[in-house]
Order: sequence, then C-alpha cells, then structure tokens
Amino acid sequence: MQQPNKYQITAHCTIRQNKVFRNGGLLYEDQKALALKDFSEGLYNHLQIQYPKFYKMDPLSKLGLLATEVLFIDIPSIKLYQPEEVGVVLSNAHSSLDTDIRYMSSVQEMASPALFVYTLPNIMIGEICIRHKFKGENSFFVFKEFDATFITGYVKGLLDEDLVKACVYGWVDVLNQDYDAELYLIEQNHQ
Amino acid sequence: MDQLMANLKRQIIAQLNLKDLKPEDIGDDQPLFVEGIGLDSIDALELIVLLQQEYKIKLASAEDGPKVFYTVRTMAQYITDHQPA
Amino acid sequence: MKGSPVTNASASTGPSGAQGLHAPVWVAGTGVISAIGQNRDQCLQSLRLGQAGMAPMQRLESIHKDTIPVAEVKLSNEELAAFSGLAPTSSRTALLSAVAALEALADAGLVGAGARDESSGSRGATSVGWRTGFISANSVGGMDLTEDFYPAFLADPAKGRLRQVIQHECGAATEAVADLLGINHYVSTISTACSSSANAIFFGARLIKHGYLDVVIAGGTDSLSRFTLNGFNTLMILDNAWCKPFDENRKGLNLGEGAGYVVLVSAAVAATLKRPPLARLSGYANANDAYHQTASSPDGTGSFMAMKGALTLSGLAPSEIDYINLHGTGTQNNDIAEGTAIKRLFDPTYPPMSSTKSFTGHTLGGCGGIEAVFSVLSLQGGYIYPNLRLETPMKELPFEVATTFSEGRPINHVLSNSFGFGGNCTSLIFSKL
Repeated sequence: MQQPNKYQITAHCTIRQNKVFRNGGLLYEDQKALALKDFSEGLYNHLQIQYPKFYKMDPLSKLGLLATEVLFIDIPSIKLYQPEEVGVVLSNAHSSLDTDIRYMSSVQEMASPALFVYTLPNIMIGEICIRHKFKGENSFFVFKEFDATFITGYVKGLLDEDLVKACVYGWVDVLNQDYDAELYLIEQNHQ
Repeated sequence: MDQLMANLKRQIIAQLNLKDLKPEDIGDDQPLFVEGIGLDSIDALELIVLLQQEYKIKLASAEDGPKVFYTVRTMAQYITDHQPA
Repeated sequence: MKGSPVTNASASTGPSGAQGLHAPVWVAGTGVISAIGQNRDQCLQSLRLGQAGMAPMQRLESIHKDTIPVAEVKLSNEELAAFSGLAPTSSRTALLSAVAALEALADAGLVGAGARDESSGSRGATSVGWRTGFISANSVGGMDLTEDFYPAFLADPAKGRLRQVIQHECGAATEAVADLLGINHYVSTISTACSSSANAIFFGARLIKHGYLDVVIAGGTDSLSRFTLNGFNTLMILDNAWCKPFDENRKGLNLGEGAGYVVLVSAAVAATLKRPPLARLSGYANANDAYHQTASSPDGTGSFMAMKGALTLSGLAPSEIDYINLHGTGTQNNDIAEGTAIKRLFDPTYPPMSSTKSFTGHTLGGCGGIEAVFSVLSLQGGYIYPNLRLETPMKELPFEVATTFSEGRPINHVLSNSFGFGGNCTSLIFSKL
C-alpha cells in the first residue's frame, strides 16, 4: 500500500518485570520494588519528570505515561509537530479492570469520583495527550493479546491518509501487580 | 481554627494525592483552584467526599463548591459553621 | 479479538471495488433500540410525537430509584432474548445489541429476514458471500450481570453463579452477537467512552475503503448499570429532573440504554442490493481535546477539530450541513464546549440542530450508533428532531436549537457529534446519495 521507507519506527520501549528497555537497551531496573506502585514512582523519579499530576493517576495511566516519557528521550523533535499531527492508538487485554475493581470497593464506603474517571481505558490516552498536547486521532482497542500486525496496519492507515505525521502506539496492560507495556513511536520520514 | 486548617491541609494532600506538596506549601488564603494550587473539577468532587467522610458534612450541590473550596480558610469556616451538633 | 483485517483480506475472495480514502461507503440499512422504541419505526414515532423515554427506574435496582430518572428500554431481558434469539442469561448489553443489529441487517436485505440458518444455527450474514465484519462498541460490557453476581458471592464464596461474570469484559457482548449473526470474518470491540460507537462506524468505513471487508455492521450498545449510575452521580453531572440540553438552566444528563447499528457496504455490494443505499458516510474525524480526563476544554478544541476534520474529508463547507445531531448531553460543560465549537465553525449561518438525548437519555457507548441511525432517518424523511424541554436558550451562544419536529425538508448532509471522556471527540457526516 505504501513504499516501505515512507515511515519509520523511531523509538520503542518495553516495560515489564521491573525492567525498562529503550530501543532494545536496558534503561532502568528496580528489582527491589515489590509493588507496581513503587516501581512506577521509582521510574518517575529516575526520569526526573516534573509532572505532579502523575501521582493522581491510576496505575494504568501512570504506566502509559511513563512509557511515553521513555519513548521521547532523545526525541526532542516530538515537540515540533502541530498538536493534531500526533495520534495515539493503544490496546490491552484488561481494559480498565484494575481501576474498575478499586472503584467498586470504594463504593462500599463512599464512591470516589477520582477513581471513577479512570474506569475507562482511553483515559490513559487522554492523560498522554494532555501531557504532550497531542490532539490527533486516538483509539483504544481491547485484544486478548498484543496484535502487532493489526495495530501496525491501523497506524499505517492513519499515516497513509495523512491524518497524522507521527503516532504513539502499542500495548499497555495492568491488572493488580501484573503489568506489561510495549510502545512504539512511528514517524513519517522527514526527507 | 488554626488547628482545623492544619488538619485540612494534611487531609487535602492525602485525599488528592498531592505528593509534591507539603502542608506548609499551602497558604491559608491561597486559592486552591486554577491560579493557586491548581486543583481541578475532579479534585473539587473529591473534596466533597472528604467533607462527608471526615466531617460528616454533606455539600448539597456542586455549585457551592467554588465558594466553599476557595481557600483552606473558607473550607474551615464552612466546616465550623456546619459542624453537626 | 478474532482475526485481523490484514490476514483476512489476503485470504478472502469477493470483489473489492475502488479502494482508498475517497472510495464511497454506503449505508444499506439501520437498526435501533432505545427507551423511545424497540425499533426504527417506534423510535421515529416517538421523535415525531415528542415523547421522551425518561421515567422513574423500573428495571434497574438502585438506592437512587426515586431520585434519579433514567431512560430504560421497556423490555425485560427475557423479552429481548425472545426477540433476538440470544439466551436470556446473556448480558443486557448483548441483548440490546442483538435486537438492533438484526434489524439493521434485515433492513439492508442482507439476511433472510431474520430466518435462522438451520445448518449453522445462526442468522448468518456470511451466507451471502461477502466478507462481513461486526464492529460493536460498548463501555459497560456485562457489568449488569457482574453486579448482580457479587452480593451473593461476597456473602459466601460458595454462592453466586460464575456464568454471570464470564460475560464481564466488553468484547464478550460483541462476540455473542457476532456468533448469533454468523459473522466471523472480522469482529472487533472499541471502547472509547461516549464516542465509542461513532468510532466503530468510521473504523468500519475504513476497513471497507481499504478493501479489507465488503460489509460491516457497525455501531454500539450499552445497558444501564449501577456502576455507571453511581459513577456519574459522584461526578455530580446527573439531573434529578429530565435533562435540558442546550438550556441556560441545564443541570446535567440522564443516563439511558440502547443500541444502534448501520450496515456499511462497499460500492460493489451496493450495486447488488435490491434497493438503493440509504445514505453515504461522507465524512468522519476523531481528535483529542487534550484538556482534562472528563471535562471538555472551554473553547471546545477537540469538538471543533472533529467537526472540521469530518467536513474536510467530505469536501463540504459548513454552510452545506443541513442538520446537526448534537452530542448535547445536558451537562454545563459539554453543551458550552460543543456550542462554542459550533460557533467557531459555523458562524454566522447555523443549520437546524438538536440533541436527541433529550429523548433517549445518554446511552454512552450506544449513543454514536443510535444517533447515526437518527441521522440517516433524517436524510430519508427530511426530518428535524426537536430538542425537548428547551426553555431558555444559552446566553453565551448566538444560535438556537430546534424545538419542534418537522419533516419533508431538503436535507442532504447531516453532521452527528459524539464526544467522550478522555477527550475523545468524533464527528460523522451522512449524505444523500
């Protein structure tokens, strides 16, 4: 459908088993962190981000936000795009179930509005968009497992139609202490 | 009143996950929302939950929020005025 | 989900027709169920008569029974099951979906008028030989069953019927209905809050445009649940009276339930249909507001970009839009953001517009599908639907919304807005052939 060199994946990031890999290399590791919360906050501090809203997010949004931060290390050019030129397409297996469960338990005492707003998986996309001022197309898919063929095809479609010039896409899944993130940044070639 | 305001600052930080703030960072008369501490509409709803859980005071309408939650002092005043007998 | 379009396309036969961004995608049929009717005709009749679907809660069990009105579908799960052929133990989300999807397929003439295909046990659309997809959105999944399961289970872990929780995830409702329809070429669930089913529709259109599928039943469904009722209640955006979208004194939204689907077909399929297609999906776009988790930006940036993007794709000028089906939830925040975006885009000439959520309530994952059906009906009959209960127009906006039903008007292009939490904003444009 398109010439093979029209776009390229300019960064990728994997976060699993308390390790963070960026473009294949180990960026951060914290085997002492027993809980996802501690691991996420450790990574947040390591990345030296100043974004206090981070602490208010649910674990899924935190993981998604951190993965995009890792993705954009050494890609200052991400800021050069117009807001509507960057899309975000994410997927996972458990939707927002991790927060759904905590919201349900909060209902026993008093329903928490701050938890309820995170009972949708695309709030994670919203948080990423707010942080980086991305306003391009975004979509959230729920799959049993990461379907790289599907999601790559979908994102290439967005690039083909010139709807976006760059797109963050991949998989961010959290359920209790199990988590997995695999994100990619694909960009149109600047040449 | 001072004790109440000190307690409120701790409770606000805990309820809203404001990990970057210490109680002494919040001024008694500093606006809590946009231009001050930077709280948003969801935070306002969480403050309503806080009033209900910690002080057994029910804010009937979200529209009263901006007035009641303007500063820590206005919150403390509201609590004092509405303390259940 | 089953399969991916990339692999399926290469394995399939079936003619593809002209492909690409500007290949036409036709609407061959529509189906809908909501609080104002069990099918298209009943819904249209209620829209015509100005009869809203809100009422005190009858089916949903909640402590808010007497204080928060909702727009419930009047049928029980057993009645929906008998209607659709799904088991009565299915989630209500799936049952509503099945009723509307079957109506849409029958309307398109792509199924033997609901007759069961005895050999496969399904009411299959696949037997007609086209590569067929089912893309259905929802936001609550089988939550209605899950929350009935828990009280007994929490009291005694030996109690509770596990059968009730296996339908919890959003995809389960889609799978159940896809099986009923006999669709297995491509099945997918999209969950992006209140814009979910509008996104399902344009995702379906893309799969047709790029030659992956020939026929897509696309839209969405949601049933009422305590989970969403209590959640929206904590956000303090539910009106205790019937909602008043775009009114100066609006107090919030009413939740509703229902489902709506359009049958999208390629040019090749359209050429074989017994009657001409009903409409063309001429434009669509999605954008992120990037402002707040649940609130829209004051200037409606995301809404503006979605509407503008849809107009650009359709090649239409704002002045060519003849009716806008507003997202119009009735919350302070949505209506001013959406209204401001419309002002930015349409000023100084405004088409008639209204929020049919003043009839159906806000059906969340279902509303984009339901309102797509109403938009296509508007093209067919030249209908403008009234925005009920409007007393005082919003003082910030220079336009007024329609308050009476009218028909037989020259309507060639309808814009339908669906905006969701997470800043997810989508606009669709349906056009006469």
